[in-house]
Amino acid sequence: MNPRLTLITAGRVLRQIRSDHRTVALMLVVPCVLIGLLAWVFGDKPMVFDHIGPALLGVFPFVVMFIVTSIATLRERTGGTIERLMATPLGKADFMVGYAVAFGIMAIVQALVATAFAVWVCGLDVAGPVWVLVVVAVLDAVLGTALGLLASAFAHTEFQAVQFMPAFVLPQFLVCGLLQPRDQLPTFLSHLSDLLPLSYAVDAMGSVATKASPMGEVGPDLLIIGGWIAASLLLGSLTLRRQTE
Amino acid sequence: MVNKELAIEATDLRVIRGGKVVLHDLTVGIPTASVVGLLGPSGGGKSTFIRSVVGVQRIAGGQVTVFGEPAGSPALRHRVGYVTQTPSVYADLTVRENVAYFGAVCGAPEHATAEAIASVDLTPQTDQRVGTLSGGQLSRVSLAAALVASPDLLVLDEPTVGLDPVLRRDLWDLFHRLAAGGTSLLVSSHVMDEATRCTRLLLIREGRIIADTTPADLLTTTGAPDAEAAFLSLIDSQEGRA
Repeated sequence: MNPRLTLITAGRVLRQIRSDHRTVALMLVVPCVLIGLLAWVFGDKPMVFDHIGPALLGVFPFVVMFIVTSIATLRERTGGTIERLMATPLGKADFMVGYAVAFGIMAIVQALVATAFAVWVCGLDVAGPVWVLVVVAVLDAVLGTALGLLASAFAHTEFQAVQFMPAFVLPQFLVCGLLQPRDQLPTFLSHLSDLLPLSYAVDAMGSVATKASPMGEVGPDLLIIGGWIAASLLLGSLTLRRQTE
Repeated sequence: MVNKELAIEATDLRVIRGGKVVLHDLTVGIPTASVVGLLGPSGGGKSTFIRSVVGVQRIAGGQVTVFGEPAGSPALRHRVGYVTQTPSVYADLTVRENVAYFGAVCGAPEHATAEAIASVDLTPQTDQRVGTLSGGQLSRVSLAAALVASPDLLVLDEPTVGLDPVLRRDLWDLFHRLAAGGTSLLVSSHVMDEATRCTRLLLIREGRIIADTTPADLLTTTGAPDAEAAFLSLIDSQEGRA
């Protein structure tokens, strides 16, 4: 991996996103609308909003980044740019990490906007420090990007790429502890949820929501999410082929 | 066996795609600092050969070397420029952003960007979004994105398809200027008229090289009035129909 080539690629991806104003608007506005809707749904039960609001603040960016990344890389593949890049000095890891850095920067902006909206406009009240919410949300978004890069290796058409979202994301959502506490799931599903990264994202957000100094719980969760990010990027690099049939 | 005088050397190159043999044990050498045309009907293996030279094609047998190194090896990636058949650039970036990105990836200096854009005659469109350009302009952006790195070998897959005659002539002039400056070029085309614009010719059909010659020799040996007729007469003689 070459840091210069990675940053050049991240810059190029950011320029592409910037040129698409509607996508930028959607990335920033949609999470706010969803949080706002959630606050409205539980308008007379602020306790419930305070409980699940942080968790969804972690889930929304994860989903959005997963979709955007898997489509973006699929475009590189169908447009032939990836074949061209594979004939240049650009490394496979430079490509993968370049995307992760670019979407990570987008994720920081997205998390700041969504968290600010949740806390100041919707009155989200968490026991822990608000900046931890932002950190967890950013890491969740980068996790979405890393899994999106990995998933897109297995998608050959746009139809497949779009359907990987429910295939990769919704099962994780069902067992992540939001619908049913993870320790009350059937044994198999409980073990499954121990393996999947979104569970740790929701756990981390839960700790921020309920504990005044949550770093003891959040730290290990973030480490596991970081491990998933690294593993997905590594696997994604391995599935990227310089030579194809 | 490695010949330093050759830009590209293929030995018994065999490629299988989708269970079908696309290149049949091809052996061919391509000299440096010249414009070599790879001509033949579509589906004949031109793109597959080009992909093998660039190192993005999985090969089933034999080998391809470029400047004495195995095709696609890391040492070559700075030296080989590849222009794919369909323009592969980013539609949501400007001409400058595209060319600058591919230049930066290959370590080209910054001033090379404007020079590459000028060499394909797109300076007025420098800050235009590529998605808003015409098809011909698009393929020239794709070319500029390869030229920017000043490659020693430039491999172009059907670069003149869909261009008007004036632009086609200008591009061939550019290719010859590059060759005069020491660049080796391999240019594929399915338009037989373009044969006369090359220094050397490789005629490829059904995965086999059926002629490795010069435009003048091709016409002399076949006695045909033009390249198209010469190609047909070669096929007829090989199939025993002459």
